[in-house]
Amino acid sequence: MNWSSLGEFLAMGGYGLYVWGSFGMCALVLAVECWGVAQRRRSLRELPLDDLDDRNDLKERPLHEA
Amino acid sequence: MSWTRFAAPQRFYPLAGRAVPWFAGLALLLGVAGLYIGLLLAPTDHQQGEAYRIIFVHVPAAWMSMVIYVAMAFWAAVGLMFNTRLASMLAVALAPTGAWMTFLALWTGALWGKPTWGTWWVWDARLTSELILLFLYIGFMSLHASIDDERRADRAAAVLALVGVVNVPIIYFSVKWWNTLHQGASVSLTKAPSMATTMLWGMLIMALAFWMYSIAVALARTRVIILERERGARWVRQLLGTA
Repeated sequence: MNWSSLGEFLAMGGYGLYVWGSFGMCALVLAVECWGVAQRRRSLRELPLDDLDDRNDLKERPLHEA
Repeated sequence: MSWTRFAAPQRFYPLAGRAVPWFAGLALLLGVAGLYIGLLLAPTDHQQGEAYRIIFVHVPAAWMSMVIYVAMAFWAAVGLMFNTRLASMLAVALAPTGAWMTFLALWTGALWGKPTWGTWWVWDARLTSELILLFLYIGFMSLHASIDDERRADRAAAVLALVGVVNVPIIYFSVKWWNTLHQGASVSLTKAPSMATTMLWGMLIMALAFWMYSIAVALARTRVIILERERGARWVRQLLGTA
């Protein structure tokens, strides 16, 4: 362990802004991306309903019902 | 049973659904382990002090920015050649994750460059080619979004993705081919890594965490894209309750 106190850990030897700015932006981006996918999934029901198109439908019972 | 049976979106959808929690769980475990090693265990660098710790997110993001581009171009090419819907959907699903990784590589690189080089940005080969990678991702997504017919959009975007592939080796070898502020590779297959063992392990585990995260989020996005594009299909209507 390199750190003797929390303050020392946060200061990162004077490079706190750069180190935490990097790790913080990564955390933010991952959170925003996950939220974006979840949001896109939630808004599926609001898409205009296409005509039924079952050309590609498989005859078997789909796995998600099994 | 052949693996190609999962080329049917209807079969791939539940398969991906089962895979996502595993990859997400692995990403979380590896991420916690990597952060523990990188931020708490790894020693201070004798040249760069604590600033070097940015490596634990910078290198994984930069690697993924290139790996995802190659994967995206690969699936776009498969979609183009074999006319498989799912391959094109995978390519489209990978693009935003690749763009985010590229952004993170540039952002963390700027924050690393300031204290060590004295500048946020220089127009040298490594940084410029990585910026071009970001523009290629954005171009791929914009071109795809600008064409209404999805299969035509897939084909046009695939051509762009394939042309852009030449940029990936340029990024990778830029530190060898040109004089640059950016340091050379810390890890290579041909020589011993030029860093302490704890640092190396921290970086590799973080890279693995970024891999798992990218797979999880790209698969989750593929599932949404399948439902968006196949919403005329009976199974999707039943799933969404819009039948």
